[in-house]
Amino acid sequence: MTKRVGIIGLGHGVFGRRSDATVQELAFEAFAAALEDAGIERKELDASVIGSVPEYHKQRSLAGVVQEYLGLVPKPTWLTEVACASGSAAIRTAWMSIKAGVHDIVAVIGCQKMTELSTPEILALMGRVGEVQWESVFGTTFPAYYALFAQRHIHEFGTTREQMFQVAIKNHFYGAKNPNALFRKEITMDKAKASAQVASPLQVYDCCANADGAACIILACEDRAREISQKTVWLDGMGCATASMSVLKRPGLTSLPSAEAAAAQAYRMAGVTADDIKVADVHDCFTIAEIMAYEDLGFCKKGEGGRFIAERKTYIGGKVAVNVDGGLKAKGHPIGATGVSMTYEIAKQLRGEAGERQVPNADIGLTHNVGGIGQYCFVQVLRRD
Amino acid sequence: MFKWFGKVNYSPYTKVSDFARYLKDGHLMGSKCKKCGSISFPPRADCDKCMSGDFEFFEMSGKAWLNSFTKVEAAPTGFEDAAPYIVGVVDMEEGGRALAWFGESIKEEEIEIGMELQVVPQVFEETEDIKVYYSLEKSGTSWVKV
Ligand SMILES: [Zn+2]
Repeated sequence: MTKRVGIIGLGHGVFGRRSDATVQELAFEAFAAALEDAGIERKELDASVIGSVPEYHKQRSLAGVVQEYLGLVPKPTWLTEVACASGSAAIRTAWMSIKAGVHDIVAVIGCQKMTELSTPEILALMGRVGEVQWESVFGTTFPAYYALFAQRHIHEFGTTREQMFQVAIKNHFYGAKNPNALFRKEITMDKAKASAQVASPLQVYDCCANADGAACIILACEDRAREISQKTVWLDGMGCATASMSVLKRPGLTSLPSAEAAAAQAYRMAGVTADDIKVADVHDCFTIAEIMAYEDLGFCKKGEGGRFIAERKTYIGGKVAVNVDGGLKAKGHPIGATGVSMTYEIAKQLRGEAGERQVPNADIGLTHNVGGIGQYCFVQVLRRD
Repeated sequence: MFKWFGKVNYSPYTKVSDFARYLKDGHLMGSKCKKCGSISFPPRADCDKCMSGDFEFFEMSGKAWLNSFTKVEAAPTGFEDAAPYIVGVVDMEEGGRALAWFGESIKEEEIEIGMELQVVPQVFEETEDIKVYYSLEKSGTSWVKV
């Protein structure tokens, strides 16, 4: 069994309304960039894993179409789907296949087109994001669930609307500096407060935006990684856990038990603690989700997430830089691509290639990718040599 | 008859479909495992604790406390005419939780986390087909046959 699994190639397309390209064309952009970055050719790959959420695409069984367009036939491929964490599930299965000694080098591609569907189709899908037997019958939506979490967080810990909007302001501040981001514009507190209501207390500026996009990373077993790359970033901690689909079965509404469990696994496997993390990409599908992530990951104590952002502890120069690529909020959230994009960003940071967004002395980083409303969570601890 | 349950019903078939028939007659039912006695709300056919598939319905008191709530402004397909609506999650007296709309007995400004509420069976009056649900009402509100 290989001791470690390393990331040897990184590729990322521009996130946004990509009416110029099909999903396989988006995948190609990221894949070609990752191969070039790794300095290898397609023939050196053993397999690919595609992370995507199929119901947004007209094309069914997406992995085969992507595989063909990338020119990887007849190598093996398969699709992973766990809602918004599909990209991290793809990374995990590729990591598992290398750990098991089945494959040596695997390409992981997260890709998604979300703007193929019409607004009525999106609204119909929106009605089925929750548990359909007992919850969706009351018209619950994605924002509504996080709104329930936010309202309870406010009640238990005195978290404020300003603190939530400060998450959005930070993420737009960094998103403005990321050429791959959907929104490259800073926002103000006044503008956030004036945005339309979605599900109280959440407003439009608490919510991330759907986007089209793709990202690709290439993984290799330790021996091959050392031969191929001088700048390998290692996947040293890999956590994965679930929580109940239904909010009615959760122990509480102010944390994601799946995130707490996945983080504990990842820290233990990597032999680090939350205090060791210098830079992180966390799943800020809504502003409250980032505040909950600070707490679930142990960056701060339970209930102190609001203060943590208010004191700018998650800006570059603070305790731990979080979502300095803009996060889902400003970079955009092409759901199947998001997990791979997170790992791409942290690997760039650990390689010291993040430009004006570079976190000084970034040696250990983390990703936190949530599926649905916390049904699935994947946490990775990454380390450079 | 589980297709009766909800304004839009996405999952009409279940082993606990009698829940909707009871609800139409004004009874809010939970499930109880005949083997180990474990209770569930919402009801489930297969015991979460001991995995027995042998269950019976029992009537819940409907007494509950508000855990959290949200006013939904951006509604999905099928709920446009109901929006905005306020959804609450309540902790039930016997255990378990319910997610439901606030009913007319409570004004929006009266809603606060921790308040005592009554989960009350309801029938949609405007629909031709039988459609049932339950709503969150002022403590002490009782079911009235419509
Ligand atoms: Zn039992």
